[in-house]
Amino acid sequence: MEILIAFVIGAMTASGVFLTLRGRTFPVVLGLTLLAYAVNVFLFAMGRLTVGLPAVIDPTQGGYADPLPQALVLTAIVIAFGMTAFLIVLALKARSEMGNDHVDGLHLSEDEASLKDTLPPKSRKATRKARQAHKQEARP
Amino acid sequence: MNLLAFNLPLVVLLPFFGAALAAWASRFNRLGAAYASGLITLLALALLMPSAPLPFHDQTLIQSWSWVPDLGLYFAFRLDGLSLLFALLILIIGLLIIIYARYYLSQKDCMGRFFAYLLMFMGSMLGIVLSENVIQLVIFWELTSITSFLLISYWQHRKEARQGARMALAITGAGGLALLGGVILLGEMVGSYQLTHILAAGDLIRAHDWYLPALVLILLGVFTKSAQFPFHFWLPHAMAAPTPVSAYLHSATMVKAGIFLLARFFPALSGTFEWTLLVGGAGLITLLIGAYTALFKHDLKGLLAYSTISHLGLITLLFGFGTPLAAVAAIFHIINHATFKASLFMVAGIVDHETGTRDMRRLGGLIHYMPHTATLAMVAAAAMAGVPLLNGFLSKEMLFDQAVIASSYSHWALLLPVLVTIAGLLSVAYSVRFIKDTFLGQPKSELLHTPHEPPRFMKIPVDILVVVCLAVGVLPALTVSPILETAVAATLQTDVPDFSLAIWHGFNAPLMMSIAALIGGVALFLKRDALFRFYQLHEHIDAKSYFQSSLNALLKLAKGVTESFDKGSLQHASAWVIGTSLLAGIIGFWHYSGPLIGDTPVQSVDTLTVIVGLLGALAAITTAIWHRKRLVSLIVLGAVGLVIAIGFVKFSAPDLALTQLSVEVVTIVLLLLALYFLPQASPKEINRLRLWRDGLLAAASGIGATLLTLSVLTRDFDSISAYFLENSVSGGGGTNVVNVILVDFRGFDTLGEIVVLALAGLGIYSLLQGMTLPAPKNDLHGRLWNPDKHPLILQTLTRLLLPLMLMVAVFVFLRGHNLPGGGFIAGLIASVALIVQYLANGIDWTRHRLQVDMHWVIGLGLLIAIATGLVMMALGYPFLTSAFRHIHWPVVGDFELASAIAFDLGVFLVVVGSTVLSLVQLGRLSHSSHAESTWKS
Repeated sequence: MEILIAFVIGAMTASGVFLTLRGRTFPVVLGLTLLAYAVNVFLFAMGRLTVGLPAVIDPTQGGYADPLPQALVLTAIVIAFGMTAFLIVLALKARSEMGNDHVDGLHLSEDEASLKDTLPPKSRKATRKARQAHKQEARP
Repeated sequence: MNLLAFNLPLVVLLPFFGAALAAWASRFNRLGAAYASGLITLLALALLMPSAPLPFHDQTLIQSWSWVPDLGLYFAFRLDGLSLLFALLILIIGLLIIIYARYYLSQKDCMGRFFAYLLMFMGSMLGIVLSENVIQLVIFWELTSITSFLLISYWQHRKEARQGARMALAITGAGGLALLGGVILLGEMVGSYQLTHILAAGDLIRAHDWYLPALVLILLGVFTKSAQFPFHFWLPHAMAAPTPVSAYLHSATMVKAGIFLLARFFPALSGTFEWTLLVGGAGLITLLIGAYTALFKHDLKGLLAYSTISHLGLITLLFGFGTPLAAVAAIFHIINHATFKASLFMVAGIVDHETGTRDMRRLGGLIHYMPHTATLAMVAAAAMAGVPLLNGFLSKEMLFDQAVIASSYSHWALLLPVLVTIAGLLSVAYSVRFIKDTFLGQPKSELLHTPHEPPRFMKIPVDILVVVCLAVGVLPALTVSPILETAVAATLQTDVPDFSLAIWHGFNAPLMMSIAALIGGVALFLKRDALFRFYQLHEHIDAKSYFQSSLNALLKLAKGVTESFDKGSLQHASAWVIGTSLLAGIIGFWHYSGPLIGDTPVQSVDTLTVIVGLLGALAAITTAIWHRKRLVSLIVLGAVGLVIAIGFVKFSAPDLALTQLSVEVVTIVLLLLALYFLPQASPKEINRLRLWRDGLLAAASGIGATLLTLSVLTRDFDSISAYFLENSVSGGGGTNVVNVILVDFRGFDTLGEIVVLALAGLGIYSLLQGMTLPAPKNDLHGRLWNPDKHPLILQTLTRLLLPLMLMVAVFVFLRGHNLPGGGFIAGLIASVALIVQYLANGIDWTRHRLQVDMHWVIGLGLLIAIATGLVMMALGYPFLTSAFRHIHWPVVGDFELASAIAFDLGVFLVVVGSTVLSLVQLGRLSHSSHAESTWKS
């Protein structure tokens, strides 16, 4: 049983990490959600895996599942939802401001131009230049 | 009501409140800020007065409250002679400065900001001198660094003001850090951070191994603050501040804070060879460098700045001697310097104000235009030069006396009387220059307009200070003697040595030195041309340029290091973070010598569980593999969430299963809504190297997580949950331990979490406000969307289901304390019920029927949750303690009513509010985008 759970956690972690490293916002959000799942299950498993025990006080029962990790994970699930929601809206905002969904918020005039993941060096340099010029303007 | 029980903290905190008051008052009347500040200062003085007599009766007033006692931190205040002297200087000179500044500032300057900063600075200074706890002292010390930064940079549009302020902050801030280190060493040596204990433990401290490090660290703080060599260079650059600020910071306050600390720790640290060498040495060098440089400055304030450095060096030198009589002289000179230097700065400000320049090469003959001011300046400058019948003379005599006494200790010390006489000679020379070049001689014609006397109230502060100089100089025994004696008693913490404050001590060595300095000084001034030529040879050597270049080099290094990691790419940064944590994990495993897998036997597993588990793992991996087809990937992600929910059921966690299930629904709906506005597919990645790198990182993370989980799960463990299981029914009144933990044992955590959730909801709302995105007309494969937006069957069914779902939510909510359920789960179920209505019937239809503003729901939820906790506090229990009682309801039967249910209601409302708010706002985005696109077509 423990081996199975450990393997599932590992699979979720690996997929989550891989997606987190992608260059587009949507897969990154999915990746973070997967990572949150992995962390939640991991935390829950720290209270050990108990089958068929109540978490509710019942005099007729002999043992209990550990309630503390459950309480912690319960709030963690809700918070993870809040985080996911905020992130995806941030991604929408970035798309509406920048016109593309690249995680680095590259300023491109046309969305189509971003279809190539590895940008030609020229355009990347141009973005950096534009960014620096923007910074210098902001300085008094 | 006994005022003596709590007046000191009031004196310290009053100026901080006054700062807000002054800033507020200036909105109505430009001068309101000045009057408010004056009033606050008078009030602080009045509050201090009742306890002022105590130090004169050898009593130390201590007012102390526990703050963080485990760290030795107390909110503690102390009033003895030394604190009283400094507090009076700060408040009285502060009051004079406020009067002066009211006339000094021009129409363009913002009065409220100026006086708010000034009052905050005053409060911080008072905090330093009135602190009993040394950590608290350091806190106020840092506050003076920050507030003086604000004051020096008051004219933010001037480059030199910003630079000067930054330099002052960098140097005094760094010194503050050193001081904190020194004070902590001191506290650990003594075992207490209260001054009373530290001052009584001088012998223990001096014999301790840590004495030298503590001394060096504390002196670093002192020297940076009091502009002692080699940290003296920030002070002249701080002259870019408005003149009232310079007058305040460099006469009675800021730079005197370091000197105050020398006096404060005198009984604990002085009397060793190291003390004499470090303190005396720095003092002597500063005394000479300051006096020498002051002579050549053409700027009035520049001259005064270097003169201040020199006089601070003089005081430090006196403390360095380490004898009780030298301490008397030092404290006496603190008073004298504060009075004559404050008045001289004010004079410089008046000259600047009336003529438009402070350059002595362009000034001259001002006595013809402003005889009153010129007279004041002459008296104050004479006091600075040490002319008899003025206060500066008396303390300078005492310095000469001490130097003569010290010269008998060693051969090298024979130089001392000579060196201090040279310093005296230089100070006479620059004082003469200050008067001669500004007020005497022929008026220069190049001034912008004819100068005249300043407004009467601008002179009154100077009048008062100059009268004090004279009174102390002529009648020392009648004026300054009592307060000086009390201050010395508090500094030494022993009996005061015999000293006589007389003008005439007979023809002795100090008098000869004074005469030599006076005559030599005037002669040097008359023959100064050669010296000026010599100075020009090395004028370019300025510590500022070294400071700037080393600062620039440091910043460049920091920037280089940062840029080598952060290339402005999130992928790059994430890879670094993940790689580093992997490395840390690997190192951790590597250094662990025991077996990786523990010896607790694993539980047996049935086939169904294996299948479901593997399905979950497969779904997770598929999500990653198919990530370019976003919709598919999202659907598979939903499957992972469902498997987890099933897992929670299997492993006896019904609450978690319910939560996971409802969150899963909401999350997927949300992501679907968002995906509508994002590209439906990710572009193909060309960079294979990056794919390999990411794959490797991912695989390693997965293996690491698996091994970590396995190694933990195969070992025995001790849970702290026994406490919760035992006390859940008796203490929390509920049998669902998970819920009792959430709303009672760890209620404060839950409160924090619903606050986060509320913030996320509101943040999403405001992010989406006014945003429009182009809505795609067809899906990935070019198919048009279904024109039937709200299918009839779905509409009818959901409308029928709504009451049922809401009832389930209420049911789950009510039983939550005793059976699986509770506010979080009920909130999510209710949210799903509402969201389904929006989805099936459209936003307009639902909004028309559900006229509830979700902002209010969130706010109400938070209010209820906090109020539940506060009610318990009002009843005398800790925050969020729960009370419960069993009551009998007709029909329903026995029912338990716990106050925790009110808290849970707050949780419920926040969850419903945030979830519905964010989803509906997102839905509205699609609504408006669609409306726009149809309108366009």
